Amino acid sequence: MTVKKIISIALLVVGVVALAFVPTVVESDSIINLLILIFIYTMLASSWNILGGYTGQINLGHAAFFGLGTLATRLLYTQGFPLFPSLLAGGVVAVAFAMFIGIPAFRLRLRGDYFTIGTLALAQILYVTVGNVLPKITYLPIEDIQNYQLDFRYYIILALALFTIGVAYVLVKSRPGLGMMAVKEDEDAAESLGVNAFRHKLLALAFSAFLGGLAGGAYAYYQTSYYFNYTFTPLWSLDPVTMAFVGGQGTIIGPVIGAVFFVVLKEWLVLNVGEYHLIVFGTLFILVVLFLPGGLVEVWEKIREALSRRPKLKESSTPSE
Amino acid sequence: MLAALAQGLVFGILVGALYGLAAVGLSLVFGVTKFLNVAHGELLMFGGYASFWLFTLLDVDPFASIPLCILFLLLIGLLLYKVLFSRMVKLPTEDKIRNTLLVGFGVGLILQNVALRLWTADDRGITPDYAGVAFTVLGVRFPIVRVASLVIAFVFLFALQLFLRRTYTGKAIRATVEDWEAATLMGINVHRVYLLAFVMGAALAGVAGTLVAVGYSVEPAMGMHWTLKGLIVMVMGGVGSITGTLVGGLILGVAESATAILISGNYRQVVGLVIFILVLLVRPQGLLGTKEG
Repeated sequence: MTVKKIISIALLVVGVVALAFVPTVVESDSIINLLILIFIYTMLASSWNILGGYTGQINLGHAAFFGLGTLATRLLYTQGFPLFPSLLAGGVVAVAFAMFIGIPAFRLRLRGDYFTIGTLALAQILYVTVGNVLPKITYLPIEDIQNYQLDFRYYIILALALFTIGVAYVLVKSRPGLGMMAVKEDEDAAESLGVNAFRHKLLALAFSAFLGGLAGGAYAYYQTSYYFNYTFTPLWSLDPVTMAFVGGQGTIIGPVIGAVFFVVLKEWLVLNVGEYHLIVFGTLFILVVLFLPGGLVEVWEKIREALSRRPKLKESSTPSE
Repeated sequence: MLAALAQGLVFGILVGALYGLAAVGLSLVFGVTKFLNVAHGELLMFGGYASFWLFTLLDVDPFASIPLCILFLLLIGLLLYKVLFSRMVKLPTEDKIRNTLLVGFGVGLILQNVALRLWTADDRGITPDYAGVAFTVLGVRFPIVRVASLVIAFVFLFALQLFLRRTYTGKAIRATVEDWEAATLMGINVHRVYLLAFVMGAALAGVAGTLVAVGYSVEPAMGMHWTLKGLIVMVMGGVGSITGTLVGGLILGVAESATAILISGNYRQVVGLVIFILVLLVRPQGLLGTKEG
């Protein structure tokens, strides 16, 4: 068991170091851009996963948190605020909004499905409202565009992605994290064992919103220009759900695998089948929900199980013979 | 101002009847099967495009094309149920709602992009010769196409009510809504009831889509908006209540036009969503619903 742990930690370190050296080795900007996209999507999927995967509250309006993050970070940053306070503000604004809706929704013990469609509606409200209030395109400041340093942005966003995964890991390994999982499994049973479902759901929502807002902040810092309401479009709500499910919701590594798979496959599909790529995605998503609820992580587990079972079977079959 | 308000009220009611019709299919499916089919808006869109094709390619009058659209949507509904949704019948309610919702999203994404390929992203409307005809009462205009749509929506809602109340099959459906286990014990084939409710929901979406295409327009990205409107109205009216759904639709239509006149057309969509959130928080059983439904 400990050997396994050492191996996985070693793999993690090697992976991070490799990622850190990519900009010094790789010349092509498109690969760096692809990796940045993977980092942002990893943040998006991991943050969704805390509430959706670990706590069982399916949020179909994650775009609200992501969008608010981009909005706050972008507005502050383009006004001349330093980067880190701007990013932090993105997360905080998302949490404030999440509490505003989460407290009444969870206190009333809104049934899970009502919470889900409620989030869908909320994201849509923000999408329309932001489009009305800020109908224009937003640009990074001119000086920023003139000395746009992709590598620097790469490191910042890599760090944010690692931070997100780290926070998610620490959270789910902690006592509140176990409570969240208990709420997912069976809310009533969890309550009867003294787990306060309301508090745990709210906590998960707060973390999910903060990290979702941070992902938005990363996007706002990375993208030179976009329409203000673009980051509120339903796509930003659906993509994290797809990634988390395809990778394996309710696991730490699942959303990461999902994000890599999603971004790379999307890129490949866009190049090869062009406009049909969303049809492929829809189909893939349905297949995963129906036949592979554990996602790619489950496939990996099954393969490993199948590989390790054989020798074990032989061992156990000897005494009985 | 008063004339504008009166006109807005009329337009609100005219579109509200379509909201009611769009929602009643969603509500029927959800009430009976506990499937939250969020691709309902896309089914509606396909109904609209079906009549659009029948009109432009074969010159079929949009109102006459309703039976064909119903048939088309029955087939799509049957296909969706047999291939996808029937696999989720046996899940416990919470999981069923969640998984059907997720599958519905996938279906919606596929249908939306199929529509994009088949009919491009342009707004498509059906314009028969009488499309511009309207009559005026006390200074308020009534476009006859929309008035006819309102009448048709009422006819379908009334027929559905009658079917559920009076026929043997309708009673089986209602029995399944109340307690599917007891219904099974009484010899009702619950699987067939589910299938029936699902394809009827699709067919109702088809009718609504045709009426939307003739009175307004259809485009590939409309599904999400109509699903949301359906959900808003369903929650407002209370799941399974046809009268409630109709009233909810009319309220939503009027609230939208009032907002468009009094505040700004840009916030049309927002008012419905705000009402929706408020109803979810304050009266989750629906405005006319009973405590446990």
